[in-house]
Amino acid sequence: MSVLRVPEGTHAIFRVNPVAKLAAALLLAGVLMLTIDWVSALVALGCEAVLFFWAGLSARMFLLRTLPVWLAAPTAGLTTLLYGQAAGQVYWAFGLVHVTQGSSDLAVATTLRILAIGLPSVVLFVTVDPTDLADGLAQVVHLPSRFVLGGLAGLRLVGLFIEDWRALELARRARGIGDGGAIRRLAGQAFALLVLSIRRGSKLATAMEARGFGAPVRRTWARPSRFGTREYALVGIGLLVALLAVVVSVATGNWNFVLA
Amino acid sequence: MTAANSPTSRSASVDAQGWGWRHAGRTGWAVARLDLRIEPGERVLLLGASGAGKSTLLHALAGVLGGDDEGEQHGRLLVNGGEPAAARGQAGLLLQDPDSQVILARVGDDVAFGCENLGVPREEIWRRVRESLHLVGLDVPLDHPTSALSGGQKQRLALAGVLAMRPGLLLLDEPTANLDPTGVIEVRDAVARVLEHSAATFIVIEHRVAIWQDLVNRVIVLDQAGGVLADGRPEDVLASQGERLSAAGVWVPGRGHGMPVRRATSRDEADGILLRAESLAIARTKSVVVARNLDLTVRAGSALAVTGPNGSGKSTLALTLAGLLKPAGGRLGASAGFADGAGAAPIGWTSRQLLTRVGTVFQDPEHQFVAGTVRAELAVGPRALGRSGPAVDSRVDTLLQRLRLDHLAEANPFTLSGGEKRRLSVGTVLATQPRLLVLDEPTFGQDFRTWREVVALLLELIDDGTAVLAVSHDSDFVAAVADREFRLTDPVADRQPVAPR
Repeated sequence: MSVLRVPEGTHAIFRVNPVAKLAAALLLAGVLMLTIDWVSALVALGCEAVLFFWAGLSARMFLLRTLPVWLAAPTAGLTTLLYGQAAGQVYWAFGLVHVTQGSSDLAVATTLRILAIGLPSVVLFVTVDPTDLADGLAQVVHLPSRFVLGGLAGLRLVGLFIEDWRALELARRARGIGDGGAIRRLAGQAFALLVLSIRRGSKLATAMEARGFGAPVRRTWARPSRFGTREYALVGIGLLVALLAVVVSVATGNWNFVLA
Repeated sequence: MTAANSPTSRSASVDAQGWGWRHAGRTGWAVARLDLRIEPGERVLLLGASGAGKSTLLHALAGVLGGDDEGEQHGRLLVNGGEPAAARGQAGLLLQDPDSQVILARVGDDVAFGCENLGVPREEIWRRVRESLHLVGLDVPLDHPTSALSGGQKQRLALAGVLAMRPGLLLLDEPTANLDPTGVIEVRDAVARVLEHSAATFIVIEHRVAIWQDLVNRVIVLDQAGGVLADGRPEDVLASQGERLSAAGVWVPGRGHGMPVRRATSRDEADGILLRAESLAIARTKSVVVARNLDLTVRAGSALAVTGPNGSGKSTLALTLAGLLKPAGGRLGASAGFADGAGAAPIGWTSRQLLTRVGTVFQDPEHQFVAGTVRAELAVGPRALGRSGPAVDSRVDTLLQRLRLDHLAEANPFTLSGGEKRRLSVGTVLATQPRLLVLDEPTFGQDFRTWREVVALLLELIDDGTAVLAVSHDSDFVAAVADREFRLTDPVADRQPVAPR
């Protein structure tokens, strides 16, 4: 089990700098957050559905990875349908529940919006290698290297924490304190994991320091992180999809600015 | 393409002048009044009882001890005439724990990490990465995932990462303590190859003298009370200080005497079967079966050693027999006498019922510590059994004395030394006097003194009728303790227990 599993593939998308994927996903999300209407979300989703063919994922992998989004979207939609702001014709009312013309419009818009933002974000990040992302954040975005590399190295420890957690569980049973209250047991175990993880973290910090991490010289980068044509193209596609969604929505009179 | 003919191959001198270090929050000095000169290119084995400050010295030389908020310094410690912390990369430090030294996800990137930090140009970095990996004999692709490496490979990876920095001072802090015998040889041979091609000054800490004896030309023994106890050519120091070193926990070659001896027992083998496994299949997680068709018995007053290569499922087997993991198939049953009314399947026993039946000592003692002090730690089991206050106290006091932990009764278990942690982890289990003791690598990384104590304690328990099941790579331990050996071989094959020795 490794959190830093290196994704592999031959599609062009694997070679795109993760920073561009991050930028494209943020751009799309940012624009779609400005409005709540079903048209803009549907237009974006339509474009995305075509683009997903170049996402470098098999159908099975696509469904598996995006499953949480498929579950979250209708759940949020249903909640909006039942409890959303009541407006227009009332279809059904029971206690706090009001299913109205307004809430059902809102529910559809919400469901589509979560899909339109969530699916591309997940799809773009499935093909991101954390090491490449860190390289990009440090060399392209120029975030502080101490911060980026510390985070990257720390991520590797997550796999060890999972093993620690299992061992702690068995050890507690062996020590005679594994019976009874699950909540108390979990709290104690979580604290033990915290202690272990701090110790692992400080050991890792020593190992990094021993390799000159934080030395007062200008750091070089073994792996170049470039932002070129491919990257601008991906961000451009994101921008195009966002603009198309806005234009169609405004043209059809469905634009519903959230701050208005 | 060797480090020797590269222009950056340096060798550094070490000077200690009345040097001492006290960790923040401690009353005693970790190292005190140290006067020492190591010439460039010398190869030194650093010995001393645990707690003599060997690791502290190496960390200081590597410049990773930290600043004034981490501790207090006396005198001067110089590498090549300068402050160690001011010249990062001049000293390369290899640590004990393979897992905590892997920094990045891919082999090549991990080796490159140190060079990047030192500002080495890109083309030069990759040249050094390939050269260092070749030197330590790690012939895997540069994009090989580091998580897929064995312990010995991880240590060689870390060594390559250190070498790529071209240090003038190579520091090894018990680099093989956490490795199985194959890993120990891998790392030792890699270091030997490196030393052939390098002019670097070399200092290694190790309890097991035999591993490094042929690679060093000087032995320095640190005194627990401060300063240097002995210093000279390896054969001279080992001859004059052998007795003393052995008593202090160093494995001195040819000093096997004083080893605990197993009293010959003439127990009826058919008697006292506690556990019987038939066609047992074992798995760490539900889906992954690591071994099947295992047939074995665990008997009272007898010791069974589980041996075999890494990944053959030794720990999984031990944890399954200990009633902690669910068998993936076959049958595992406790005798009526052993179950004592608790049902035949150990996995069905409650956590409290396990206490008096099976005691499990985990490979990493830190996993099983649950209390804030050593005293409270030992009391956990007896208290869970609902014993009265005075009964718990007297049991805990006996154990504290027996395990030489009485002076540490109020210390936090996590702050103990490796040997003390091991003794405490065994003690926590003995507190409830289980009839079966299951131990996972009980002698891993231990010095000779702790090793001897653990062995003596186990022999005593076996003679008193306790059953012992121990997973071990340590052939000395198996020879000293085990009545029978159960060897796990290639994954998922039929196997039989090795005949009684």
